[in-house]
Amino acid sequence: MTEVLLDEPQVDVALAKRQGMTAEEYEHLVMVLGRTPTYTELGVASALWSEHCSYKSSKVYLRELPSEGPYVLQGPGENAGVVDVGNGWVVVFKMESHNHPSYIEPYQGAATGVGGILRDVFTMGARPVAVMDSLFFGSLDAPTDGRPSRMRHLVDGVVRGVGDYANCVGIPNVGGETRFHSCYDGNILVNAFALGIARRDAIHKAKAAGPGNPILYVGSRTGRDGIHGATMASEAFGEQSAHKLPTVQVGDPFAEKVLLEATLQALRSGAVVAVQDMGAAGLTSSSFEMASRGGTGMELELSRVPLREPGLGPFEIMLSESQERMLFVARRGKEEELSRIFQRWGLEVAEIGRVTGTGRAEVRFRGARVADLPIAALTDEAPVYRRPVREPRDLVQRQWQPQVPEPGDIGAALRSLLGTPELGSKEWITRQYDSTVRTNTILGPGGDAAVLRLKGSPLGLALTSDVNPVYCFLDPFQGAMQAVAEAMRNLACVGAEPVGLTDCLNFGNPENPEISWEFREAVHGIARACRALDIPVISGNVSLYNETAGQSIHPTPTIGMVGVIPDLVQVPVSWFTEAGDRVILLGDDQRELGGSAYLRLLHGIEQGRPPVVDLDAEARLAELLRYLAFERQLHTAHDVSEGGLAVTLAEACFGRGLGVELELPLEPVQLFSETQARAVIAVPPRQVKAVLETAAELKVPARDVGKVGGGRLQLKLSGAKVAVEVEELRRVWATALPRALGM
Amino acid sequence: MKAGVVVFPGSNCDHDVYHVWKHVLGEDATFLWHEDTSLQACELVVMPGGFSYGDYLRAGAMAAQSPIMAEVRRHADAGGLVLGICNGFQILCESGLLPGVLRRNVGLRFLSRDVHLKVDRDDLPFTHRLRRGQVLRMPIAHGDGCYVDRADRLDTLEKNGQVVLRYCSPAGRVEANSEEHNPNGSLRAIAGICNRQGNVMALMPHPERCSEGVLGNEDGADLLRSVAESGTAGRRRAGSGR
Repeated sequence: MTEVLLDEPQVDVALAKRQGMTAEEYEHLVMVLGRTPTYTELGVASALWSEHCSYKSSKVYLRELPSEGPYVLQGPGENAGVVDVGNGWVVVFKMESHNHPSYIEPYQGAATGVGGILRDVFTMGARPVAVMDSLFFGSLDAPTDGRPSRMRHLVDGVVRGVGDYANCVGIPNVGGETRFHSCYDGNILVNAFALGIARRDAIHKAKAAGPGNPILYVGSRTGRDGIHGATMASEAFGEQSAHKLPTVQVGDPFAEKVLLEATLQALRSGAVVAVQDMGAAGLTSSSFEMASRGGTGMELELSRVPLREPGLGPFEIMLSESQERMLFVARRGKEEELSRIFQRWGLEVAEIGRVTGTGRAEVRFRGARVADLPIAALTDEAPVYRRPVREPRDLVQRQWQPQVPEPGDIGAALRSLLGTPELGSKEWITRQYDSTVRTNTILGPGGDAAVLRLKGSPLGLALTSDVNPVYCFLDPFQGAMQAVAEAMRNLACVGAEPVGLTDCLNFGNPENPEISWEFREAVHGIARACRALDIPVISGNVSLYNETAGQSIHPTPTIGMVGVIPDLVQVPVSWFTEAGDRVILLGDDQRELGGSAYLRLLHGIEQGRPPVVDLDAEARLAELLRYLAFERQLHTAHDVSEGGLAVTLAEACFGRGLGVELELPLEPVQLFSETQARAVIAVPPRQVKAVLETAAELKVPARDVGKVGGGRLQLKLSGAKVAVEVEELRRVWATALPRALGM
Repeated sequence: MKAGVVVFPGSNCDHDVYHVWKHVLGEDATFLWHEDTSLQACELVVMPGGFSYGDYLRAGAMAAQSPIMAEVRRHADAGGLVLGICNGFQILCESGLLPGVLRRNVGLRFLSRDVHLKVDRDDLPFTHRLRRGQVLRMPIAHGDGCYVDRADRLDTLEKNGQVVLRYCSPAGRVEANSEEHNPNGSLRAIAGICNRQGNVMALMPHPERCSEGVLGNEDGADLLRSVAESGTAGRRRAGSGR
């Protein structure tokens, strides 16, 4: 073995700890190897065993999630999940967090979040057709010591980052959500979702097979950016986090677009055995994961990796998270053909190794062996923890039923709610995202769910992303069930039946038993809802350690759900479209104000039990909505969620500036109750009878409460009346977010 | 009419315009690679939207130096039709086939929304199915769409009738100072122009994104159909309804 002089630190337990390993993990590594690891080996192991890559604290719970179904072609474990939607088409989707980097450097953090999730989709052989982003920011009025608010800077940076990246690659951003809550003051969340489509037989899996097959490095050169990013994303923030800047990657959407086209062309050529994005933990995770899935080994020569700057050592090359890079396993003898495809697109290609049958990763640098690691021991057999759990000490206080103040002037209360950035229009954000490129967008951002057509078929695809972190804080089990139920309801409002979901589980530090309890409860909730509603979880991501100086975020299990519309002819919209339509309320109110926007945003109370989720009622409501949409009886369908019926009705009025005249058997405060399994629909008068009959058959409470028309929101309640100009409300709602941002 | 859609690295509306041309209008279409030196006998060259070369340096600046641009110029000089959309407009300006420059939007942000457009010319191959004063609704999606040039050149442009489309209110009022109705701040609310001869035209909005009923807006189809039918003496004009 040739000796290469490398200026590397002495490997010991202290160094291992600095790289994020525990003493026990280090000892385990020494035992597995039967010797002291090299510096590169230590780096590789600490990255693979980081929370971000290994899911070591979450794995024991994630197994509970149902991931199978008759149409699921690929569940969790690949770059993204795959579901058959009929007519020979499959959809490929996943959601992933980019929280830690986005807090440190919002523009690049968010941009590379989009880049990473797109690569996860197109490495499967699918063409990305839509992205969504779920963003969770701190309060915009947080104290700033006289300086411009950091949170405004974060909002602006993240939105520009998401926008510039997807706009340039040419993928429409069609939805998502944006929330503001002080629990995110020290840790914002950026959850990026991507959806791709492919013909059923075009799907590729990232399984390195066939010893002797060459390994090709394709795309941007390797630099020092993002080194040990996966480890950084597996730690809580402290005072020193500003110094973590070099761990954030820098994105190049143009390189991504070229890589996307070249990769799809390469996959079609038949010359590719496997491909994986060099995402978190870069070359380390892509090589180890592909070999692990294939039950093979790999030989790599790192001096062949194209570098952006001279002087990178093997440790840095293995752990760099430079963006827009792919690792291909080529079919032996076809590497020339593949190289030609990449070169046509102006991409750099380098053969850096080959697949072996040894089950080991043998890594050399200028001929000298710098790592020799057993692949299974570092991946499949990585440490797994069942962390201690404990119900939060303050859970009883959290759930204590608060006194609910009467709204008094209902119009004023509604105006105040609509004027908050939480419930105000998000158009300031969505206008910065191209939502119409690719010419598939039937319904873009702003409705209950986005709708895309699937060219060459009668099908429509619907997508939504949902979670209410306040509900999850008050009761993570109910809150997580609610997120699944609301996502399904949103899809049903456009007539779509769910085919699967992806979850992005954002939580605090799992070493805190109360956080682990929240995590366990939330996963239980998702599992329960998915089993009851028959929706498989086909992919997902866990982001832990979202905590700064001991202050954790609310549990935030974001649910991204995709549904299919069988016949894309008349899709109901979330706003009133025709004067004279009858307005029908589906579902009964149960006067549930715990965790409501009304209490939190108007009265500063974040307390109580969140609304109870009745999965049976949700299933019946969704079935009714889908049936009515399919029968083309609906002009409008809008689900009742945050802010209650009052906000739902106001939003439905804004689309065309059409008012309503309704008589509701409710007391004023019930307008703001957030009871689940409810929706507002509008139908032509001649359909009312049929709609009410169908609702009765499906046992969904339904009531004709009035008509669409005029320019005012007029409600006659038990013992009170409201009449507000729609235009006045709309203006408050439309300007809420830019006003709060000072734009 | 056979259309060639030029694909630069970073083009991302190439498939969209190809789809409309071929599957909605039923015309012949092919892709042309930026390194090609033949236009494959296309009667129309389309410069599609996107971010050619990432719009690095300046939007359209690097694409304007591509090998195929020499052929496009020859085609235009010989009276052949060239249509630029969004990034295609920027490339045509950068290559000198059209006058003026597209600068950063006045609000310094990318804008994705519907705009209204007033038709100034209805006698071009690109607009003969439209009528002067007509108001169209089309989506825009760009960060650099603010059309600028020296005042005297803008005067000339207007005098020559080279302004084809202007941003306007839904009622058709042109208000260059209104951020609502001229959202990128283009001088004189210019949204689309043509060359002196009228065979090269470009616009920032996306007609290919509003050419099908299923998408809820077909205003763009009238413009694209004008081009398709301008070819061999309106051979298809009789059969197609408005």
